[in-house]
Amino acid sequence: MTGEPEYLLEALHVAKVFGTLRANDDVTLKVKPGEIHALLGENGAGKSTLVKMIYGALQPTSGEFRWLGKPVHIPNPAAARKLGIGMVFQHFSLFEALTVAENIALAMPGDFDLAALSERISRVSKDYGLPLEPNAVVADLSVGERQRIEIVRCLLQEPRLLIMDEPTAVLTPQEADQLFRTLARLAREGCAVLYISHRLEEVKRICHNATILRHGKVVANVDPTLETAASLARLMVGGDIHIVKSARKHKIGDVRLRLDHLNLPPDGPFSVGLKDISLEVRAGEIIAIAGVAGNGQSELFDALSGERELARADMLLIDGTPSGKSGINERRDRGAAFVPEERLGHGAVPSFSLSDNVVLTRHSTDETLVKSGVVQKSGATEVSGRVSTSFDVRKAKPDPEARSLSGGNLQKFVIGRELDRKPGILVVNQPTWGVDAGASATIRQAIIDLARDGSAVLVISQDLDEIFEIADRIAVISRGELSEAHPASQMSAEKIGLLMAGAHEVKEARHAHIA
Amino acid sequence: MRILLEKRSEASTLMAISSPFIALGLTVILGGLIFALRGFNPLEALYVYFIEPLTTVWSIEQLIVKATPLVLIGAGLSVCYLANVWNIGAEGQLTVGAIAGSAIPILFPAWQSPLTLMAMMLCGVLGGMAYGAIPGYLKNRFNANEILTSLMLVYVAQLFLDWLVRGPWRDPQGFNFPKSITFEGWQLLPTISGAIHLGCLFALIAVIVLAFVMGKTLKGFEIRVAGNAPRAGRFSGFSRTRMVMFCFLLSGGLAGLAGITEIASTVGQLQPQISPGYGFAAIIVAFLGRLNPIGVLFAGLLLALSYIGGEAVQISLGISDKIARVFQGILLFSILACDTLILYRIRFLPRHAAAAQPAE
Repeated sequence: MTGEPEYLLEALHVAKVFGTLRANDDVTLKVKPGEIHALLGENGAGKSTLVKMIYGALQPTSGEFRWLGKPVHIPNPAAARKLGIGMVFQHFSLFEALTVAENIALAMPGDFDLAALSERISRVSKDYGLPLEPNAVVADLSVGERQRIEIVRCLLQEPRLLIMDEPTAVLTPQEADQLFRTLARLAREGCAVLYISHRLEEVKRICHNATILRHGKVVANVDPTLETAASLARLMVGGDIHIVKSARKHKIGDVRLRLDHLNLPPDGPFSVGLKDISLEVRAGEIIAIAGVAGNGQSELFDALSGERELARADMLLIDGTPSGKSGINERRDRGAAFVPEERLGHGAVPSFSLSDNVVLTRHSTDETLVKSGVVQKSGATEVSGRVSTSFDVRKAKPDPEARSLSGGNLQKFVIGRELDRKPGILVVNQPTWGVDAGASATIRQAIIDLARDGSAVLVISQDLDEIFEIADRIAVISRGELSEAHPASQMSAEKIGLLMAGAHEVKEARHAHIA
Repeated sequence: MRILLEKRSEASTLMAISSPFIALGLTVILGGLIFALRGFNPLEALYVYFIEPLTTVWSIEQLIVKATPLVLIGAGLSVCYLANVWNIGAEGQLTVGAIAGSAIPILFPAWQSPLTLMAMMLCGVLGGMAYGAIPGYLKNRFNANEILTSLMLVYVAQLFLDWLVRGPWRDPQGFNFPKSITFEGWQLLPTISGAIHLGCLFALIAVIVLAFVMGKTLKGFEIRVAGNAPRAGRFSGFSRTRMVMFCFLLSGGLAGLAGITEIASTVGQLQPQISPGYGFAAIIVAFLGRLNPIGVLFAGLLLALSYIGGEAVQISLGISDKIARVFQGILLFSILACDTLILYRIRFLPRHAAAAQPAE
């Protein structure tokens, strides 16, 4: 071969149009062999659209892709895999009831021999520092281990380009470190990595090159090691990000929300039970619950909101009133408000207008919304307008369907809808998950302001930066058990990481070390 | 060329309204094709089927009478389906309603007063509700699939009716025909004009009440949430089990009312066959009417036309009136297919080269 082409993959002037939206507009991206290339941008900037086109899941409207210098058409993901492109999605596609080896076998082309495959899985996964037990059932594995399956599945096909969509969102800091070592090794071996992330520090740490998208266009191509997190963020947002003012000096008052030895059995084979959780949240205080996804966060949220009833009323006290056996609307009447993790389908009905979605959570607390059983459209429209104005919810028409809003805008609406009530207690799960930096800052500021006015706030989050930004005290949830809440000033990412892993995994790790 | 279904960002209101009309158009075209394949002049056959019944006062009255049970049941079913509760057994609830309502004149044949009629109607409604409550209970208690249980209960009800009219409730003076005594006086619904009877008014009232409930009240809101996003329904504090039961009681009650209305008007006595499948045709009515009570009113009239048209082509052209079922099937199929276009649009793309061309 005479002279390797300089670039492994080139996307040249690629555009993708959905209806009237130009999701990608004249995007050019060049990835060299052996480089870790970051793809940065706010939500809705067009990162996913671009990588889906590279992976063959979408077709560009115009422009072309080149692979090793030659034009190539990628009609579907199978063709992408044939070229040597692997992708690890943010949401895993694994069968929980099957073993690791069976899951991987399902993705392999052609016939396979499960025993030989298992042996290969052990070898490759150990080689790359991502140890996996091929016969383990996926349901028993942590999220970090599940991600390993997805990565190993790609590695077995010997990819030349690995696309990773926000891989560290679900990992503990220690797990993330291990992943970075693996990626560095892959890069040394000549495999290129296209790395999508929101976390600028980590991009600075591991990436050689960064392409930044804004509103579907490439706005910069920089060497992230020469940039600061702030300068990268400026490029992404196109301006300075509003800094959240925490003003920790506000007064801490009485206990408003109290969990007293809360127990909840798992409600299915893949659900986590809650074990003996005790916590007090005081007026004026924000407590954050950190933890890796799938450790009981959603079960805890359901128990707090009343979507699942507790065994005893006094396991949960709202301003001193036993509420464990009360329904969600009774708890709302007592001054509590809830924002779930999933915006569409849980916090809001996708096909309903925003004003109807106001009625969804406020029909029992707001007399202007329902009069003798009849829904008052005008009252709902008024609330929806008020929320949209004060939280800067951007929308194409006055009262659009919830699903037509972008993630950040809908999240602002869903949080604003509750804050508009001035609740005495706010429980929010993942307040800024998948939300762009601008909207995140607005939401966090609003949460802090609520606490400063004397409400008790409980935030469940997987985002450590967010937790340190807003929390007064931090507790960690692991396998359904909650650690004690420590003042934020006494916590570090490492300490949280150890608590996240929990005693169970520490033991396992030691075990593996001896073996 | 490649045909692609592309998701719309919002549901298309235009398509939601026009989809039934496109479906109707498709049905007419496919129906004409079927007539042509059978060797009839398609235009003439379609005229006899769809237009001729609308040209005489008598047949228009028949149309309204036939639409009555379809609208009553369809209105109840549309509420169920909006809430994602799949009651397929309205035919059974209709049958039990007819039986329960007929119990009054059969057991107390001498009782003649306006109260008789009211008692019959009340029993019809209660019978339908009770029979609807069975799949509702099974769903809530054992998570049993309501599509299967409600459907299977149809056959139980029909066989029970068959046994009643051949056995204990057979008219002693009926020459051994499997029929009950013939109802008369206050055991029958008074007529308003021609063949149109009081039951037609029930259907109209049911439509108006349900349109208000669905459009304006918190209960209607709850029903729409339950169907669109069950998780959000729980978050809103609405109970799923109560919703399931409510839907079965409502649709069962209306089907029961339709059953006793039929008996106390056109049929006039209890017999093994009391409905030409109104409970099943009402499923089509519900969807054709956009699961909207007002829409159900018009869809009920259209489905009634399909029955009358079926009889018309049997008389004029000698085609089996089972053709009505064929038309109903094509109509349901078309409407469900066209409904895809509410959330998706069709795009035609020029064909690309089939496979990847990896550069070597």
